[in-house]
Amino acid sequence: MNEKIVLRYEVDPNDFTRAGEASSNVKRRLKLLGVDPDIVRKVAISLYEGEINMVIHSYGGIIEVIISPEEIEMILTDKGPGIEDIELAMQAGYSTAPDNIRNLGFGAGMGLPNMKKYSDEFNIESTVGVGTTVKMKVFIPKE
Amino acid sequence: MSEFFTSVLLKKELCKGCINCIKRCPTQAIRVRDGKAFIIKEFCIDCGECIRICPHHAKVATYDSPDIMKKFEYNVALPAPSLYGQFNNLDDVNIVLTALKKMGFDDVYEVSSAAELVSEMTRKYVAENEDKWPVISTACPTVVRLIQIRFPNLIDHLLPIYAPVDLAAINARNKAMKETNLPSEKIGIIFISPCPAKVTAVKSPIGIKKSEIDGVLAMKEIYPMLLPYMKESVNKVEDLGKSGRIGIGWGSTGGEAGALLTDNYLAADGIENVIRVLEDLEDQKFERLEFVELNACAGGCVGGVLTVENPYLAKVKLKRLRKYLPVACSHLDTEESADAFWTEDVPYEPVFKLGKNMRESINKMAKVEELMHKFPGLDCGSCGAPTCKALAEDIVRGVAKEEDCIHILRDYIHKLSDELSRFDKKK
Ligand SMILES: Nc1ncnc2c1ncn2[C@@H]1O[C@H](COP(=O)(O)OP(=O)(O)OP(=O)(O)O)[C@@H](O)[C@H]1O
Ligand code: SF4
Ligand SMILES: [Mg+2]
Repeated sequence: MNEKIVLRYEVDPNDFTRAGEASSNVKRRLKLLGVDPDIVRKVAISLYEGEINMVIHSYGGIIEVIISPEEIEMILTDKGPGIEDIELAMQAGYSTAPDNIRNLGFGAGMGLPNMKKYSDEFNIESTVGVGTTVKMKVFIPKE
Repeated sequence: MSEFFTSVLLKKELCKGCINCIKRCPTQAIRVRDGKAFIIKEFCIDCGECIRICPHHAKVATYDSPDIMKKFEYNVALPAPSLYGQFNNLDDVNIVLTALKKMGFDDVYEVSSAAELVSEMTRKYVAENEDKWPVISTACPTVVRLIQIRFPNLIDHLLPIYAPVDLAAINARNKAMKETNLPSEKIGIIFISPCPAKVTAVKSPIGIKKSEIDGVLAMKEIYPMLLPYMKESVNKVEDLGKSGRIGIGWGSTGGEAGALLTDNYLAADGIENVIRVLEDLEDQKFERLEFVELNACAGGCVGGVLTVENPYLAKVKLKRLRKYLPVACSHLDTEESADAFWTEDVPYEPVFKLGKNMRESINKMAKVEELMHKFPGLDCGSCGAPTCKALAEDIVRGVAKEEDCIHILRDYIHKLSDELSRFDKKK
């Protein structure tokens, strides 16, 4: 018996044409699995924000999603530049996005706060010059 | 009536088993098996794309014959606004309406007139329900069905108000009963439709308990019948029209949203575009949008598969026709109208779900992945499924087998013949 589905996506920096690909692919799969719409929504929102952050702020990286009957785990690992002050970055409204990105409708500084809000477990680690890892979990209540 | 009713059907004798339709279907609802296409009913949303693409005209829409009028003592025609866009140099809607009466209808009730009432109700609903923004239009049954099976998180945003045609049907019936004193069953409410989706909406309505429409006629069939009567009508036009610019505008894309008198809306048409917008809406990519108008057909209802005119020309014609009309002619406070809010819940129907529960589904999805490694990934369609992935899903659903992939079959045959020749040599 297979108890888990493991999915891996590469994220290219600055490729806005493909931004959101991983989260919509995951969303499609969760619907195929028959996951409750509320759970799908929580995963889709938090994963999309994380994916966009990797596209805008990082030098690229990998998204791994592990789906089991109990939970959906998302691990987003990028190759830098890292975040200097995580507490500051987590504040609603804080953003370092430049004007050209803001013109695309990003940069409200709401991504990280929303990831924390919509996931059931949220953890972020970052080392300047090395990279950032975000781990999130959304739990699936027993049927 | 089966659980899933659809009004797109296959004429088996015309189907050549090509792969045009399976590739075009936006919900991957068609397969070719044993050389003939067939539609997986629970996936079909009646968008009519397969009817448009089929080069052999093997896909057809079901609708009623005009003979249905004989079943009733008194018939009321409900012309969709898109009908007015089908004719050249039409400068007065009344010519069409008069012709409908000459054709045998006892009365007409314009869907565009009910549309103006729906517009008024929508304006109020949108203003009072900011938590439901963006409110998504529900006039196109294909879009509503699509949301019901594929976008559960958007169901709450659906405008819970009758589609204009359904409100028109109720109002027309009440009016006819009052004027004729006939019982309801002797009155025929007949819709002249641009699309087969409306046929489905009558048979299995969403949001309302029962449709008041008794018959659905195809616009393309009524069109040639109407022309001679229109010529005759020109000299003695009855003043029957009861709709203005807003109502008639509903016939093409942007009309419904434009009637809300706000700029804060989005209007998308064409099923692929609609799906893209829904995906993005689901990800909450549009903020502070009040209203979203979606039409499955390119151009809006003027692009329905049962119309005759090129949708873009029809749109121009509607625009010309509207130009000299008042903004709106039907109003809630002057018109007698039924209450038009949905009475039924719209439950999510996860028709694409792989397994009965999460464990089973995960198992099946893992199998799909395994199969995907075996398949060549060409999406060639020779197996009868639109993509390798669709075949893999069919296999785990138990309705197809690996050897349906001709590439796997070929390898299998090679292996077999190799073994046979080795066997021969040994002898
Ligand atoms: N993966 C990352 N690598 C480096 N810096 C990051 C990363 N993710 C977030 N940051 C930093 O944290 C800040 C806040 O992120 P957050 O997602 O909350 O807002 P934003 O991306 O700027 O705007 P929004 O998400 O609302 O469009 C960013 O502006 C950026 O400076
Ligand atoms: S856009 Fe209009 S014509 Fe096309 S399917 Fe929807 S309701 Fe029918
Ligand atoms: Mg962000």
